Amino acid sequence: MVLLSTSEPTGVAYVQTTNLDGESNLKTRYAKQETLQKIPEKENVSGLIKCEKPNRNIYGFQANMEVDGKQVSLGPSNIILRGCELKNTTWAVGVAVYAGSKTKAMLNNSGAPSKRSRLETHMNLEIIFLSLFLVALCTVVSVCAAVWLRRHRDELDYLPFYRRKDFSEDEEKNYNYYGWGLEIFFTFLMSVIVFQIMIPISLYISMELVRVGQAYFMIRDAEMYDESSNTRFQCRALNINEDLGQIKYVFSDKTGTLTENMMEFQCASIWGVDYNGGKATSQDQKDGYFVQADGQVLRPKMVVKTDPELLQYVRNGKETKEGSYVHDFFLALAACNTIVPIIVDTPDPTLKLIDYQGESPDEQALVYAAAAYGFMLIERTSGHIVIDIQGERKRFNVLGLHEFDSDRKRMSVILGFPNQSVKVFVKGADTTMFSVIDRSLNTSIIRATEAHLQSYSSIGLRTLVIGMRELSTSEFEEWHSAFEVASTALMGRARLLRKIASNIESNLCILGASGIEDKLQQGVPEAIESLRTAGIKVWVLTGDKQETAISIGYSSKLLTSKMTQVIVNSNSKESCRKSLEDAIIMSKKLTTTSGTTNETGRTLGTGSTPVALIIDGTSLVYILDSELEERLFELACNCSVVLCCRVAPLQKAGIISLVKKRTSDMTLAIGDGANDVSMIQMADVGVGISGQEGRQAVMASDFAMGQFRFLVPLLFVHGHWNYQRMGYMILYNFYRNAVFVLVLFWYVLFTCFTLTTAINEWSSVLYSVIYTSVPTVVVGILDKDLSRLTLLKHPQLYGAGHRDECYNKTLFWITMLDTLYQSVVVFFIPLLAYWGSTIDAASIGDLWTLAVVILVNLHLAMDVIHWNWITHAAIWGSIIATFICVIVIDAIPSLVGYWAIFEIAKTRLFWFCLLAIIVTALIPRFVVKVLYQFYAPCDVQIAREAEKFWAQSQSAAVEVEMSPILDHPRR
Amino acid sequence: MTDTDRGTQRDRDSAFYLFTQQNLPACKPVLTPEWVFMTFLFIGFIFIPVGLVTLRASHSVVEIVERYDIGCVPEPFRINKVSYIQDDSIPKNCSFSFKVPKYMKAPIYIYYQLDNYYQNHRRYVKSRSDKQLLHGQNQHGISSCQPVEVNNDRPIIPCGLIAWSLFNDTFTFIRNRAELKVNRKNIAWKSDREHKFGKNVYPFNFQNGTLIGGGKLNPRIPLSDQEDLIVWMRTSALPSFRKLYGRIEKDLDVDDVVVVHLMNNYNTYSFGGKKKLVLSTTSWLGGKNDFLGLAYVFIGSSSVTIAVVFTLLHLLSQRH
Repeated sequence: MVLLSTSEPTGVAYVQTTNLDGESNLKTRYAKQETLQKIPEKENVSGLIKCEKPNRNIYGFQANMEVDGKQVSLGPSNIILRGCELKNTTWAVGVAVYAGSKTKAMLNNSGAPSKRSRLETHMNLEIIFLSLFLVALCTVVSVCAAVWLRRHRDELDYLPFYRRKDFSEDEEKNYNYYGWGLEIFFTFLMSVIVFQIMIPISLYISMELVRVGQAYFMIRDAEMYDESSNTRFQCRALNINEDLGQIKYVFSDKTGTLTENMMEFQCASIWGVDYNGGKATSQDQKDGYFVQADGQVLRPKMVVKTDPELLQYVRNGKETKEGSYVHDFFLALAACNTIVPIIVDTPDPTLKLIDYQGESPDEQALVYAAAAYGFMLIERTSGHIVIDIQGERKRFNVLGLHEFDSDRKRMSVILGFPNQSVKVFVKGADTTMFSVIDRSLNTSIIRATEAHLQSYSSIGLRTLVIGMRELSTSEFEEWHSAFEVASTALMGRARLLRKIASNIESNLCILGASGIEDKLQQGVPEAIESLRTAGIKVWVLTGDKQETAISIGYSSKLLTSKMTQVIVNSNSKESCRKSLEDAIIMSKKLTTTSGTTNETGRTLGTGSTPVALIIDGTSLVYILDSELEERLFELACNCSVVLCCRVAPLQKAGIISLVKKRTSDMTLAIGDGANDVSMIQMADVGVGISGQEGRQAVMASDFAMGQFRFLVPLLFVHGHWNYQRMGYMILYNFYRNAVFVLVLFWYVLFTCFTLTTAINEWSSVLYSVIYTSVPTVVVGILDKDLSRLTLLKHPQLYGAGHRDECYNKTLFWITMLDTLYQSVVVFFIPLLAYWGSTIDAASIGDLWTLAVVILVNLHLAMDVIHWNWITHAAIWGSIIATFICVIVIDAIPSLVGYWAIFEIAKTRLFWFCLLAIIVTALIPRFVVKVLYQFYAPCDVQIAREAEKFWAQSQSAAVEVEMSPILDHPRR
Repeated sequence: MTDTDRGTQRDRDSAFYLFTQQNLPACKPVLTPEWVFMTFLFIGFIFIPVGLVTLRASHSVVEIVERYDIGCVPEPFRINKVSYIQDDSIPKNCSFSFKVPKYMKAPIYIYYQLDNYYQNHRRYVKSRSDKQLLHGQNQHGISSCQPVEVNNDRPIIPCGLIAWSLFNDTFTFIRNRAELKVNRKNIAWKSDREHKFGKNVYPFNFQNGTLIGGGKLNPRIPLSDQEDLIVWMRTSALPSFRKLYGRIEKDLDVDDVVVVHLMNNYNTYSFGGKKKLVLSTTSWLGGKNDFLGLAYVFIGSSSVTIAVVFTLLHLLSQRH
């Protein structure tokens, strides 16, 4: 909707775009001056709007409007998109330009790309095996049937149990017999129908149920609840829970992910002087700066610590030369931004707080800093700003604004001063700023500033350089006309504006630089350390400068002093190749000397010299999508840490795809901003941090959480559990269905291969619905192989997922062998015990049904590690439910098996058979399990025993001490 | 819900909180060598005695099995048994005798045993109408009886292949020139007689077709009293099966000579089936079958072996 006018006289409308990009701050939208005065109720407004075709870009809009014969250009700040909410604005009138499914909100409404978990991919392969097995079973049956029919072809007519001839009609004809070939074909089809449970369709359903349950527990986990932002863990994708247990690579964004993205103004370098004081914060400074007006006190919402020396300069005003520079510096900070001040009421009527809302946290920090030094931004409209300078309100006309873009990496504002002079203030990243600063002026100051910048970034501060220039009238006129033309252009407006901006942003006079601290999030160093101990490779991909990235790397314990840094920093393909090759040789040398300890896996990283690779975006440009990728990958594999700095969003995705293409290892990307979206979508598992930079990352992610450190419980606890549970559940489901099918199959061999089932149809249907389904799901949701505490204490246990310990081909085939054995036991013990007796099909069918169900449930019970009352209820309840179902089915007189269960249960032979089946079938599995646990235990097994016996051996006193931690996990 | 999360200590102790944090009280059994050893030993000590008792029970059963399908065909017809059995003009009576090997305590069960007879063939089991057996005259619901559902456009009661192929050899037993009384009542399940076969359903149009499969039924006796049919219609699970014929309620002594007179009517010759007559006593476990007892002894002794092997292994190599 193009804004025409609003309730505000200035034509400003404040909107909140939470529904679109999740940013909760207020944004300003402006109605054009030309339409502001028109009131549609009173007069007809006629005009013509030409706009671009509907597209998905919510940050772009280009159009122009013809009102009263005047061409007016329209940009993204003149429209309100569907999904926005008006705030602090009573009304707004506009013209709808996109409607319905063509709105930007709707066009952006595409689902995240569907991901399939690795376990499921493997499982699908196994299902193909099972299908082949099914086909084999059916083939065996039909071939046998063919042979039987062929051998008895002369007898078929009169066989009492076949009777091919039908004499009930006058003429003799064959009853239900379509010839040898077709009979075989029908037998095949029928066997497919009877044996189709082999393919566990119900597995997919139980998997979904289990995932929902797992997701519920992840969401409810108090350890992943972020109190500061009151956000819970979010599960946005439901089908990759178990992948969390197999992550090998973690790709992390820096800003907002490792760091809090809470910017704090730390120090400034103005006119070559470094002001980084503010250590002694006296009591009167606590309240910070405030302004009194009309008996009311205005105070910025956030208090910034100030440097007393600098404060002194500011208070003294513009008298001295330094003072004027300081004045201009802070004026630039207060003016050169897109921050909107909002005055918030407090319970105290005389006190009002100013809340600065804006898109960039850096700008916010700078404006708060300016306010603390007495340059308080009070009001901002499209035409002017009001700044309270040391208690004196001044109004500046905003003549033009070149917004920040990622190519220029700077923004500028052109201010008309009250004394008619025009100045341009520019603020931007140091690399781009120094190219537009007039180097001939004040060389010493530039050099001093550069030195300061160097020291700022070395302690992990984000730096911005401020420049200024006074414009002459002619310059201004020239710019103004060019700006007018460019901003109404329909084609290539952005390019035109950029050109104009770079024209005006030149020959600047340097004012100074600011250093903003980017605070590390809570628990990040510990989290990274545990991830590394677990054998997960952490790669940090950041858009920051190399120095900043390295300093953050040190403070987050990503880099340690023990590490050897390999830096790849090249400007051409050839030099890239060379430095990569050198680096490979070097890293190989370093890793082979310590290679022996590395191989053992468990002592990873303790005795070796780890190598850290630091590579920058420029080099990546040459490396990605060329044959050098292979080299980089080889190098990166040797390194325990990879730090990529100055990378563009698309490069982040490129790096992930580089890793994904070359290994089968799982990758996880974690980020919080819009620039991480491509990376999150590319990785196997994308995690979004619901932080400050809006919610695009969360929208694109599979899981979202409040803090980076939650990654540790997410992977080590939930990931491990989910993987173990899901892996076991899949194997168990294969086993469960196959054992039943095999019992049916063995019986078919004794019925002339005619697909009769002794187990009645109802039981066949209920088998995977009632008899055995609930325990699977319950165990899949609730079983825990190790306690949370143990898993967090020993990150190495995460390696179980890396080594595919819970689900692999060997396990699958062992399980299938066991299945075969168990089915033989279940089928042949009753067969031999009842051979040549009066047993009828329904009775022995009931015996088989009960035997299979009890066996399958006890098999599960044998593997359950963590027994709580729900597990008990599910397993024993299922067995009881089966008995009840069998009894109910056998109490229906119209079924063949009427009363069979009562008749057979009267005999002792039945119960003896049942006992013999269960024990015989389970013994081999039990023996293998015991042997495996005693003679080839895995980490998890050892940890489990340690957990149990450690707890037992503790004295009572220690136990009392420990129990609060065990019962109430830390938040 | 968030309130519970951020709740007080009391809330944290609540069962629901423990549930959501997956901290429900639970027991985590870990296999210890002692435990494993005890389990196997326990299985062994239960199974071996049970197996021995079972074997004893099986051995206490006295069983006499006489195959008669070949012996009862007169010598000249041995080459073509099928034509013999299908020829109504040839008398089918036959007799043989046997000596009781051991004292047999009443009741002595008389079974006929059929081998290589697939009563579990799919075509066969499907060919019946439980509705008709219970409710009688009903044109509907007999389509399942094909190919033996109607004859001369009138429905057959009881219809279907199973009823049509009713076994019809009869046996009489003579000891010391006196006929042994065979009790042929209550040979079928009570539940079948009362709820599955109608008291008001009488055989009709039965065995009137071109091809006669087996026994005929007295049309004046309701199906619920036709116990031979009821026994026959409870189709057997396996291709070698016995069906109860009756009971002798007198003890048989060692070396008693029993003469069996039988009518060899039933045709198993066309498909090579065997017919046997079985006289058997029962034990508390049922008939004579050593398999289960052997299985129990085998499982029991293997568990004991495993227990011993484990102990040895455990003593030899201590894991740390």
